Amino acid sequence: MPAVAVKDLHKTYGSHEAVRGIDFEIEAGEVFGLLGPNGAGKTTTVEILEGYRTRDSGTVEVLGQDPQRAGLAWRDRIGVVLQSSAMYPNLSVAESLALFAGYYRDPLDVDQVVGLVGLEEKRAARVRTLSGGQTRRLDLGLGLIGNPEVLFLDEPTTGFDPAARRAAWDVIRSLRELGKTILLTTHYLDEAESLADRVAVLREGRIAAIGRPADLTGSAPATEIRYRWNGEDVVVSTHEPTRVLHDLTTKALGEGRELENLSVRRPTLEEIYLALTSNEEPTE
Amino acid sequence: MRLFRHQLTGEQRLYWRSRELAFFTFLFPLLIFVLLASVYGNDRIKKEHNVPAKEYLLAGILGYGLVSTAFAGLAIVLVIRRESGVLKRLRGTPLPPTTYLGSVISSTVIVYSIEAVALIVLARVLYDVPLPHEWPSVILAVVFGTLAFAAMGIALTGVIRSGDGASAVVNAVYLPVSFLAGAFWSAQSFPHFLEVISEILPLTHFIRLMRNIVLLHQPIWDNWEQVAVVAAWGLAGLILSVRTFRWEPREG
Repeated sequence: MPAVAVKDLHKTYGSHEAVRGIDFEIEAGEVFGLLGPNGAGKTTTVEILEGYRTRDSGTVEVLGQDPQRAGLAWRDRIGVVLQSSAMYPNLSVAESLALFAGYYRDPLDVDQVVGLVGLEEKRAARVRTLSGGQTRRLDLGLGLIGNPEVLFLDEPTTGFDPAARRAAWDVIRSLRELGKTILLTTHYLDEAESLADRVAVLREGRIAAIGRPADLTGSAPATEIRYRWNGEDVVVSTHEPTRVLHDLTTKALGEGRELENLSVRRPTLEEIYLALTSNEEPTE
Repeated sequence: MRLFRHQLTGEQRLYWRSRELAFFTFLFPLLIFVLLASVYGNDRIKKEHNVPAKEYLLAGILGYGLVSTAFAGLAIVLVIRRESGVLKRLRGTPLPPTTYLGSVISSTVIVYSIEAVALIVLARVLYDVPLPHEWPSVILAVVFGTLAFAAMGIALTGVIRSGDGASAVVNAVYLPVSFLAGAFWSAQSFPHFLEVISEILPLTHFIRLMRNIVLLHQPIWDNWEQVAVVAAWGLAGLILSVRTFRWEPREG
């Protein structure tokens, strides 16, 4: 049985169709990334799975239960890290974790979680003195303290500097090693690529692509070779950049001319992502 | 029960750690009491059974302390927790909502009980106001008053839309109410139209109840009129709370 199963999920707010028919499954122990720009329906989808929102149609199961009807025993088995990161500013890191640990039947040890999220040095510090990145790591810790089987992470690193993001990635990788099933939303492709076993790219409430990150980048656009020739900009798109470049340079050398402004560009992951999320014709 | 005690301990820690909250809702009424008592000196209030003004003031500030802890303080804390997403986060845990609200309200009962004892002791030590005889009635009134005003405070959170606006809205309600209810000076000496408003307010009746119990040594069950008015307001607050209480931020 998959840990999470979503079939033909629909959700409309007023006249806005936020989610327009989504299907995916997450196996136990899998790290699954929901990738997409703001407004693609990521948070709506996750909040339906977390039991915060009701769906209009379709079926949703998390740990075999419908989140809309699941009770507190089900909540005991899931962990939620929301986008906003508010906490009690006057509690220390350890006190916050201990307070939340008390809500669960079989929580993790506070010190173990402090270690997992890398806040050993801030263990006794009040929450209000933490940096943004440290607060977010405490957030992760609070989602984790109940020792959940399934963990939902909604944009865990948005607004982080690169170093803080790497640190948060390490935390998420160590969660995977604990065997947690993780659903992670992000609008950073590199994040999905480096953390997730599988990724679904959301666009306007639909799944534009789903698969292993390598499979998604495998259907990549061609390499671009740009140069200036006879005063005009030339762009060559090719899947054989070595051969094309060799021909070009041979020709230029033979004529004793320079390939002005020569550049060779592999498509970035960003561009693949943009191609998936914006180049398709708009629906409706 | 274990979970309730766990959360209650947490709420107590949160309350006393938040210095602004503890100052404005707990300490401030004590300061106001000493300040006004020193102004009133040895005055007596003819329209309040000719009791010394300081004694009357004790009943008034017991009322003011109640609205500032159970009504204003609770409403502000809950709005801030709602708007900052703390309540939403709690909904994602297996903590039962009733256990949560039960411990928040019980924590308020503890705070106001300490406040009431502090005021009564302060009045005895500084101004020789005799101690109440009817302690069971004092305890009942304190618990009953806290529950009723907490219900009204939670109902008020339904109309506050942002964390920034919480203090402004709450102050605009509870300060005029305290004044009109005669928390600082007997409402009996107000002009007629203010007196009419005053008679409607639950705080007026709570202060009267406290006066009768603490100063006139009457048991609470001889004051069913006051109890009924406060209970009616509390019930209205409860109904409104159940209908409008939200766990998620209003914005976003």
